[in-house]
Amino acid sequence: MLHLHRPSKALVIALGVALSLAATAVAQNRAPEAPAPSRPAVAPKKASEDIKLKSASDFDNIKDEKERSIAIFEETGKVLLNPRCVNCHPAGDRPLQGLDMHPHQPPVERGQANFGVPGMMCNTCHGPNNVKVIAQSDDIKSIPGNPNWHLAPIEMAWQGRTLGEICRQIKDKDRNGGKTLADLVDHMAHDDLVGWAWHPGAGRKPVPGTQKQFGELYKAWAATGAHCPDS
Amino acid sequence: MITFTLNGQKATFDGDPDTPLLWVIRDTAKLTGTKYGCGIAQCGACTVHVDGTTRRSCITPISTLDGSSVTTIEGVDGPEAQAVQTAWRAIDVPQCGYCQSGQIMSAISLLQYTPKPSDDDIDGAMAGNICRCATYQRIRQAIHDAAKTLEG
Amino acid sequence: MDIATIRPSRRAFLAGTGLVIGVTLLAPNARAALIQGAKEGAEGQQADLNAFVRVAPDNTVTVLSKHIEFGQGPYTGLTTLVAEELDADWSQMRVAAAPANQELYKNLAFGLQGTGGSTSIANSYGQMRKAGATAKAMLVAAAAKDWNVSADEITVVKGRIRHEKSGKESGFGAFADKAAKTEPPKDVALKDPKNFTLIGQDRHKLDTDDKTDGKAVFTLDVLADDMLIAMVAHADHFGATVKAVDDSAARAIKGVVDVKPIPQGVAVFAEDTFTALKARAALKIDWDLSKAETRSSQQIVDDYRAEMKGKGLKAANKGDVDGALASEGITSLDTEIVFPFLAHAPMEPLDAVLIRAADGSIDCYNGSQFPGQDQKAIADICGVDPSKVRINMQLAGGSFGRRAQFGSPYMREAAAAFKASGMTRPVKHMWTREDDIRGGFYRPIYVHSIKGAVDKTGAIVGWDQKIAGQSIMGKDELDETTVEGASDMPYAIDNLRVVAYQTKLGVPVLWWRSVGHTHTAFAVETFLDRLLERAGKDPVEGRLALLKDSPRHLGVLKKVAEMADWGHAALPDGHQRGVAVHKSFNTYVAEIVEASLDDTGLPKVQKVWCAVDCGVAVNPNIIKAQMEGGIGYGLGAILFDAIDLTDGGAVVQSNFNDYRSLRITEMPHVEVAIIPSSEAPTGVGEPGVPPIGPAVANAWRRLTGRPVQRLPLSRDLVA
Repeated sequence: MLHLHRPSKALVIALGVALSLAATAVAQNRAPEAPAPSRPAVAPKKASEDIKLKSASDFDNIKDEKERSIAIFEETGKVLLNPRCVNCHPAGDRPLQGLDMHPHQPPVERGQANFGVPGMMCNTCHGPNNVKVIAQSDDIKSIPGNPNWHLAPIEMAWQGRTLGEICRQIKDKDRNGGKTLADLVDHMAHDDLVGWAWHPGAGRKPVPGTQKQFGELYKAWAATGAHCPDS
Repeated sequence: MITFTLNGQKATFDGDPDTPLLWVIRDTAKLTGTKYGCGIAQCGACTVHVDGTTRRSCITPISTLDGSSVTTIEGVDGPEAQAVQTAWRAIDVPQCGYCQSGQIMSAISLLQYTPKPSDDDIDGAMAGNICRCATYQRIRQAIHDAAKTLEG
Repeated sequence: MDIATIRPSRRAFLAGTGLVIGVTLLAPNARAALIQGAKEGAEGQQADLNAFVRVAPDNTVTVLSKHIEFGQGPYTGLTTLVAEELDADWSQMRVAAAPANQELYKNLAFGLQGTGGSTSIANSYGQMRKAGATAKAMLVAAAAKDWNVSADEITVVKGRIRHEKSGKESGFGAFADKAAKTEPPKDVALKDPKNFTLIGQDRHKLDTDDKTDGKAVFTLDVLADDMLIAMVAHADHFGATVKAVDDSAARAIKGVVDVKPIPQGVAVFAEDTFTALKARAALKIDWDLSKAETRSSQQIVDDYRAEMKGKGLKAANKGDVDGALASEGITSLDTEIVFPFLAHAPMEPLDAVLIRAADGSIDCYNGSQFPGQDQKAIADICGVDPSKVRINMQLAGGSFGRRAQFGSPYMREAAAAFKASGMTRPVKHMWTREDDIRGGFYRPIYVHSIKGAVDKTGAIVGWDQKIAGQSIMGKDELDETTVEGASDMPYAIDNLRVVAYQTKLGVPVLWWRSVGHTHTAFAVETFLDRLLERAGKDPVEGRLALLKDSPRHLGVLKKVAEMADWGHAALPDGHQRGVAVHKSFNTYVAEIVEASLDDTGLPKVQKVWCAVDCGVAVNPNIIKAQMEGGIGYGLGAILFDAIDLTDGGAVVQSNFNDYRSLRITEMPHVEVAIIPSSEAPTGVGEPGVPPIGPAVANAWRRLTGRPVQRLPLSRDLVA
């Protein structure tokens, strides 16, 4: 705010020889350095680790069925463990955002129906489709959306779990919404909200492969006994 | 052509279907109580009610609202709205006032679903509404006061 | 809903983008007419009793506020001062913005029309009371003449003029015109404060009601028929200029009227806001960075450190600092504290509506702290005489210092856009949040370096502080805003030296709510706390001992300690407290916080106690609100906020997603006490801010063992 002009006081008191004595001071205690800025100066290189999702048939050469089943499931982990999926399968009551999986801003809560709380439901911001944000922030190019946008229930939390743990979890009818293996395969292959991960809107990197490919991997996994990795 | 209801009146819009509801309300309908604050659903100044729940109008394309009912601060009514606005006035919640339409729309929605909110309920409902003047303490108080008057 | 309010503009219909709400279209109106917005001065028939007081036939009294209202309360405060001496009834009081007039409406604290420095009440206290008393004397004189009685026998109570003996009685309205023709008395007696009936009591704010139902009109809400929306594409580097622009894609968008380069960037003009947004995003601009600031924030801090090894400008030099700090048997402590750029981020981004009338004069509708500067800026740019520019002051959606700019650089951009449009249609120029966050005029980066020592008795023997940062006032010599709050610290320290380094940088800077005190209070109050800790002293007791000669500092500190039951209250596990006391703008504020750590390691501030001494409390309710708000504003900044420049000088942050505001979930409960006082009133808009940062940092240090050396705290955490 405005500051008043004040006549500057003449504070001229001779320092004299005292100045030379100042050298006895201890070493300067510097402030910690700043971390890297959140927007890099140079755009990051095109993700060199661009992951490709293999097809179910790529695993035909594994003779042992259990081994093949596990390998297929591990392949689906490229999708399951992707932040696009884990962000809405958080271990707490707050969804995550971005590839760095930071807590969602604004700070929204799970709520009883995994759909936010009164006054701030998921659909306060998330509509039936991804919405392009036009001429605003560089960082937020679209607001994600889906007709069924909501948080996975807490028993389906994936955040912080290993692939093996997630595998056992998604087969467990008590923790997968009562789905049979066939239901689960169908869900992975056809569910529209699952499918969002391949079409996450402008400014967001999709998960690898296609939902069709992903669904076929699940079908193959189920057909090979739906085995889980140990960890 | 999008047909929707705005504060109880039938409205149609035949401009760019990507136009955010905020700008339809402000520029075309000339209802200026709903504010622009960020354009990215971070601040809540643009909050309206769509089909009975809160909605950030700045990121809501008008194309998604065909057949919907939109209520703005100018059209909001009912016991919760009156209780909230009365409580807001009684303890002089607003400072600059720019965010307050959005705050009030969120608070009304909260009370419509949760007539006796706890502090946590209030935080949950209001966490998406930024007030740079930081009138939050009075917002919390006014919501409690409004809940009390609704109890009767 | 009022049908009249949903009338779409003619142009919008012609462009085929109209909203049709079952009403017949009005005939097109080619003349530019204001549809919504506050015109300067009071509305309707009014008798002017003086520059500040207008009385209408219906007995309402309108006070013309020379200060802008953006939440800090001058509309209510100034009106209270007038009403008190006028003996009006509060229900008859109204308020409107005064027009731009540097002479009539100057701020008595700094000689030009303006709001800032928490001076609104302080500089108006005598003036507004006198305006009320004068108006009352004129009304009484008019009534005395009309009733043919002695003015001495007339009383005025709650807006009623009475003559006891004759039984005659009237409101103000009946005598307004006659009073306006009466010679104002040369001298009027003001009330003894003990007879105040309005001053000193909570009063409902005049602007509250319209801010709860969407009726309040801010600049962004000003509507004129046929109005264009203008937005300017800005460079993301400070000092960059336009080299070339390809506007073909922008021009191809339906509803885009024009694209014009202006000195500040490239302006687009459109029929509505969304079209303007789309058009601006579609511009392809090649920027010339040859004169741009290209240093990163880190480089700037390093450069400041190097500069601080040289000779600075002495702001305080008491005793023998070098001798004291070199003496035997002392315990020394030193620190560096780095403060980031801060944006003000008022909820309403900067905006203005400009309309040229048929006679060539220009109406500006805006909300700014220096209306006279805006008037001159518009006159300069648009080539008209300043007397032909009317500034119609609107309510402003926050400011925190952002709307107070010498030379009005913002208004120069708006006027340049208006001029480039041809000035044939009204133009609303608006900034988006990104323009605001990346628009510069930040609280400067400051680096503090402090050395101090305590002796064996626990006395602070010396304090040697260096402060480097840009001069907000643009000075080469010492800028008081760099050192205020440090060089004049109230503590009894015999050997004190404060040296300033006025650094140069190509980033425009500005005062941010509480100006120099934003950083000096933090540095002084956190370092003092550490020295007291070294000396084994209690933070409150230690301060009290050093403030013996500062009774008003003592008053607020003792009061806040009493409120918090300091030293006695049992704290829950994982809770700690911190204290800070600071005077700014002649108002004394002490704050105690109680904080714990949240799951990310940041302080979770549970409770804040605040004691304020601002002289006579004109409206305690507003004072408390300003303390609550100042605490929340300051807390958000020290926890989360920094504007960073990358290598190359581009601004990192852009909107509220990465320039975080305090949210309700982070707002502590605040309890405020006002020290009773008969001293002349001082300001409250800013002084609540400075103590909160150091009080939180002091609590955090007790929680974690770590002093805060880099703000924001979230940054210190990850470093």
